[in-house]
Amino acid sequence: MSEQSTKTGRQETAAPAIELIGISKAFGPVQANKDISMSVAKGAIHGIVGENGAGKSTLMSILYGFYKADAGEIFVNGVATQIPDSQAAIKAGIGMVHQHFMLVENFTVLENIILGVEDGALIKPSLAKARSVLLELAHEYELEVDPDEIVENLSVGHQQRVEILKALYRQADILILDEPTGVLTPTEAEHLFRILRNLRDQGKTIILITHKLKEIMNATDTVSVMRRGKMTATVKTAETSPPELAELMVGRKVLLQVDKSPPKLGETVLEVSDLRVRNEFGVERLKGISFNVRAGEILGIAGVAGNGQSELLEVLGGICTGTGSIKVHGDELDLTGNHSDGQSRRARGIAHVPEDRQRLGLIMDFMAWENACFGYHHDPKYQKNWLMMDNAAILADAAAKMENFDIRPPNPRLLAQNFSGGNQQKIVLAREIERNPEILLVGQPTRGVDIGAIEFIHKQIVALRDAGKAILLVSVELDEILSLTDRVAVMFDGNIQGERVTAETDEKELGLMMAGASEEAA
Amino acid sequence: MDKMPRWADVFLVPFINLVLAFLVAGLVVLAIGENPLHAIYFMVKGALGSTSGLGYTLYYATNYIFTGLAVAVAFHARLFNIGGEGQAAVAGLGAAIVLLAFDWPHWSLALPFAVLGAGVFGAAWAFIPAYLQAKRGSHIVITTIMFNFIGAALMGYLLNGILKSPHTQNAESLPFPAGAHLPTAHEVLAPLGIAFSKSAPLNISFLLAIACTVLVWFLLWRTRLGYEIRAFGHSESAAKYAGIPAVKITIITMLISGALAGMLSINVVMGEQEHLIKEFVGGAGFVGIAVALMGRSHPLGIVLAALLFGMLTQGGFELLWEMPTISREMVLVIQALIILFTGALNNLVHDPVERIFLRLRKRKS
Amino acid sequence: MDFADLFLQFTVTLDMTIRLSTVLILACLAGLFSERAGIFDIGLEGKMLIAAFFSAAAAYHSGNAWIGVLAGIGASMVFALIHGLASITYRGNQLISGVALNFLASGLTVVIGNAWYQKGGSTPPLTGNGRFHEITLPFADLLRDVPMLGPLYADVLSGHKPIVYIAFLVVPLSWWVLFRTRFGLRLRAVGENPASVDTAGVSVIRQRYAAVLIAGVLCGIAGAYLSTSQAASFGKEMTAGRGFIALAALIFSKWRPFYALMACLLFGLLEAISNLYPSIDVIGLFSIPVQFTQALPYILTVVILAGFVGKAIPPKAGGAPYVKER
Repeated sequence: MSEQSTKTGRQETAAPAIELIGISKAFGPVQANKDISMSVAKGAIHGIVGENGAGKSTLMSILYGFYKADAGEIFVNGVATQIPDSQAAIKAGIGMVHQHFMLVENFTVLENIILGVEDGALIKPSLAKARSVLLELAHEYELEVDPDEIVENLSVGHQQRVEILKALYRQADILILDEPTGVLTPTEAEHLFRILRNLRDQGKTIILITHKLKEIMNATDTVSVMRRGKMTATVKTAETSPPELAELMVGRKVLLQVDKSPPKLGETVLEVSDLRVRNEFGVERLKGISFNVRAGEILGIAGVAGNGQSELLEVLGGICTGTGSIKVHGDELDLTGNHSDGQSRRARGIAHVPEDRQRLGLIMDFMAWENACFGYHHDPKYQKNWLMMDNAAILADAAAKMENFDIRPPNPRLLAQNFSGGNQQKIVLAREIERNPEILLVGQPTRGVDIGAIEFIHKQIVALRDAGKAILLVSVELDEILSLTDRVAVMFDGNIQGERVTAETDEKELGLMMAGASEEAA
Repeated sequence: MDKMPRWADVFLVPFINLVLAFLVAGLVVLAIGENPLHAIYFMVKGALGSTSGLGYTLYYATNYIFTGLAVAVAFHARLFNIGGEGQAAVAGLGAAIVLLAFDWPHWSLALPFAVLGAGVFGAAWAFIPAYLQAKRGSHIVITTIMFNFIGAALMGYLLNGILKSPHTQNAESLPFPAGAHLPTAHEVLAPLGIAFSKSAPLNISFLLAIACTVLVWFLLWRTRLGYEIRAFGHSESAAKYAGIPAVKITIITMLISGALAGMLSINVVMGEQEHLIKEFVGGAGFVGIAVALMGRSHPLGIVLAALLFGMLTQGGFELLWEMPTISREMVLVIQALIILFTGALNNLVHDPVERIFLRLRKRKS
Repeated sequence: MDFADLFLQFTVTLDMTIRLSTVLILACLAGLFSERAGIFDIGLEGKMLIAAFFSAAAAYHSGNAWIGVLAGIGASMVFALIHGLASITYRGNQLISGVALNFLASGLTVVIGNAWYQKGGSTPPLTGNGRFHEITLPFADLLRDVPMLGPLYADVLSGHKPIVYIAFLVVPLSWWVLFRTRFGLRLRAVGENPASVDTAGVSVIRQRYAAVLIAGVLCGIAGAYLSTSQAASFGKEMTAGRGFIALAALIFSKWRPFYALMACLLFGLLEAISNLYPSIDVIGLFSIPVQFTQALPYILTVVILAGFVGKAIPPKAGGAPYVKER
């Protein structure tokens, strides 16, 4: 990849606002940033786009002094700058609006503004000063907010304004916003972009981190794309398009061709209609979606991460509650009551390979064999009698699964945390697939999994389909969707943007739908 | 794979913690002008040097096994039950009520019912904190502390009121019927030709403690409930994925924990005192925390830790005779230091040891 | 019983309430500083106990009660520092650390006390300037004869040991520090959302240590009060659970200084009542046992914790060590 040639910003202005050279950062064995170089022109809105986990937030946290880079250099306005802590970043004129707001919720707006930059031992003068500065800023940038309100009483959009005000109060010239619209309504988001453009016109530099292509196209001047810890390209927004960005984000892997015959469709197994889910803040994340999955087919759910796919898996898997209707073989499932938990779902033949295997799918401190029956530990075949579990049977069962799924090392007494990502995934997959479920829910089956294991996992999923089961596969990898599924539904902003037969669509069309283009246009 | 080997985590780190705790305790002994080595000698001799000493050591160890298991079971569900003291006290009421209710003809008949009474009362005293934690999110540590005090007040009220013996000025109940007397080690061993001290309070509750140890091990690693408790304790999010009900697990775990703490009263109230007195728990509920921490919440580890603490307690009493300048509260100091080093300051030892292992591994590869 | 009698009982009860509340107020404010900064402190009891011992010992040897107070503060701060090391530097369990410190104080005070004085853990009685004496407020004797208000001033407000007045002054001072100064602002922020303080470029660790040490100072004064003012020597386990009552008062007050004052006065009143009137007859119908009055603080706290009567929401970051790197 020719990253170096794309550093176009450099020729235009003598000293970019930010220039990063060769930044690397690892968390234990995970390489979050690999040799990243980029430059951000002064007075521009610069987008950084990439999948969840691509390393965007880590990179920006390094720039803000929250993490220390293992290697690399940072130049601010052309001057080499050490940023060991946030204080240094603030001094260098960098402000950051974090994805999770760094606000003290039971403080007033003013108290939050002055925290850390008080003018003296008493807070009264600082509060007075902040009040007048706030008034000016509010006027200048449409950033009105009641200075005496307690932050937790503010709407999320207003809380975000407080974060921006905090940065401006610290006289930031460079403002980093990490996924700022994730918690905003469309109107609030529009307002935010108006503020950002305003700030840019006043000479501020904005770095906007997002995984939403629409926002990049809407708001930025330049865009850098990250993928798996690396910077894959930097382009001018005017000269690119959502499909191109989608391709850069998702990337092209060595195309793994999956041998599969045309599907032998059976009856409809899973019927979902008008399904709605709200998150803990009461924001609707699934906005009334409907679809069917038939026996013997794989329905892919494509989309940029964070558009409701996780909530869909969770409500189907009984982890969260929702409204609407889910039918399995025509029988309604309980979505809110006593029977809306993982146990009841499993009893109805729904198996679930969750997106986050470490947080949900496995007990990392349990041994492999204990994990091999996790969720199915009520199954009579794992019981010795009414009281005892049949550990010998579970162990034998686990050993057989490890053999069948080629899990390495094939030692059922090893703790789950000591397996590699791919083998952890195989433990979960073996557990769920060998149940021979009616419906298999799979989330990101190959995230963090090595190439060899990917092929194996894909084969297992296809085999289950050929056995006449219904499979719902959520993936942000377009390649995976295209090579594995029979039908694909694209999710965008809590809705299903459109449905296609996989064989009759292509990356370009799906990319457009992922970017939020309406079905007719696509 | 950036972890140190399991044996280091399970044995080496606690061992170093223990050594540190004893070193600091030794410094305290030095500071009051005594020889710590002498102190240790007299303690070990006092604890193990005679059948009387051994009998007391095992008697205390019995208490600590019960309370240690109680804390450990809760730990497995990531619940910190600091209320063993109160649960044991209230369980004493349960045992006493059962034992005073009938003129029991034989201990073998009385024991099961006393165990039931103690277990139910102990569990009941854990139920409200458990319910409040599961349903209302009230911090279980604070509520169990509060219940310790409420339990003490309840005991005081009843022992000065309806349970009070009319024959004495003290706040204590009538003596239990003679038929409820639990066989002591002396009585059990004498027919076998083994001479055991008559004065030592060790009684067959010790066997009950061993049985409870096995049962707890069995519960945690052999039953479905234990599986769910451990899964819930390790990862609440994964437990939710698997459909393990949080409220049920929290409450059941605490009921078991409370009942286990309650078994202490069988050893003390039924086995030794043979009537109910006010402060019979005497801090054993808190020692259970040290025992569970030291034993890494494993039943076998708990038995070993309980023996250690039993030795400390008994040795501390003996020390008083041999070295009068050292009071038996020295035992409290050692317990405190063990809790501090194994519980709160674990990373003080753990992190450097882990670093050494990482360096060794790097050198190898 | 006539009115004069009743009024006398009333003033005696109030006077005792003030004396008994003093320890609670100081300990409760200690907990307030610590928990407001996100460090749970169930070791209030232990810090007070160790302070009570060392201040009695120092006051006995120096013959000066104020030196006793300083020694008490010093001892309590050493304990606070251990708590800080365990819960801040070594990211240990704050509750376990508190439990350990309570034990350590119970043990050390008796072990050292016995080695030094051979009195079963007690210290020799303090005499002369080794103990604190009552302060008579201005005009107390003059105003005593003013009906109603006179005795309230002369017998309830006046005539306490100096630490009593210090404790009551620490309440507004704590409020002022917490809510009017930069230090207080940062301290409260650290207990709610340490990351917000960190990203603002302020050290979370330093802020938390400061809070824990302040708790040490206040517990030190509280302990010194017990052994040099409320009593005139140290006695084994003389804190007798007051650290936990203070903890209950802290929850009851929802972590606010003036509410804490009220809660401590209430709990002090309950203790005074249980001391003065072992059983209370309710118009001859039934009697309230002393144990109920004694347990009432704990019962009330559980009710508050259960959230049936106003929810007590602790500082959000309480109990969790701050770890930046994931």
